Amino acid sequence: MTGLIERKHNWRSLVLAGAMLGLVLPAAQASAQVASPVLAAARASGEVGEKTDGYLGFPGTPSAEVRRAADELNIKRRAYYAERAAAQNTTVEAYALTMGCQLIAKTKPGEKYQAPDGSWRTRGAEAPLRSNLCPA
Amino acid sequence: MIANELTWRARFAKHLPMQDQQSGNRRSHASRVTVLAVLLGGATALSGCVSVKAPDKPIVIELNINIKQEVVYRLAADANKSIEARPDLFGN
Repeated sequence: MTGLIERKHNWRSLVLAGAMLGLVLPAAQASAQVASPVLAAARASGEVGEKTDGYLGFPGTPSAEVRRAADELNIKRRAYYAERAAAQNTTVEAYALTMGCQLIAKTKPGEKYQAPDGSWRTRGAEAPLRSNLCPA
Repeated sequence: MIANELTWRARFAKHLPMQDQQSGNRRSHASRVTVLAVLLGGATALSGCVSVKAPDKPIVIELNINIKQEVVYRLAADANKSIEARPDLFGN
């Protein structure tokens, strides 16, 4: 008798766990793949751009919504940089600078990025202007 | 014999310390001192100038660039992996 009840209990919890997983997993995947529609639009329009230091910046004056979204993402980026920097035995600044190099290299034509002199440029078909420190 | 020895000793003892007391030698001694002082002063002045005008700033910057470039090159592969792994942070 007690074995039967336990089994029933296990079954129910298994089904429940399965249902929860099914609910949670797609949500997690969705948040991992889509950054933020606000930022995606701002990036495409040039309201935000990639800075040399590995964070998002504003070539002009952004809307309050865009500024908030970018600041929020920058905080998340910094936490991630700190994690990776610790794993690589380096400083957050050095890791962030390397990310800036690679993120600027990956900008698409029309998007904004920061040149080594601090000025904002629009990415064209040619390679972006990057610091001499950046790897080829 | 004893007198002879004494005079010899007296001459030796008297002669050497008296040499510096002669006027000609004193001048050369003084000039030697001034030459030494000028040399010393010049050396300290020169060394002072060099240490003050030493171009230590550019050297430090070059060193920093070398270290950082090395670090950035080492981290580049991991940075690319990060971009792939976290599209929520680095994607569009």
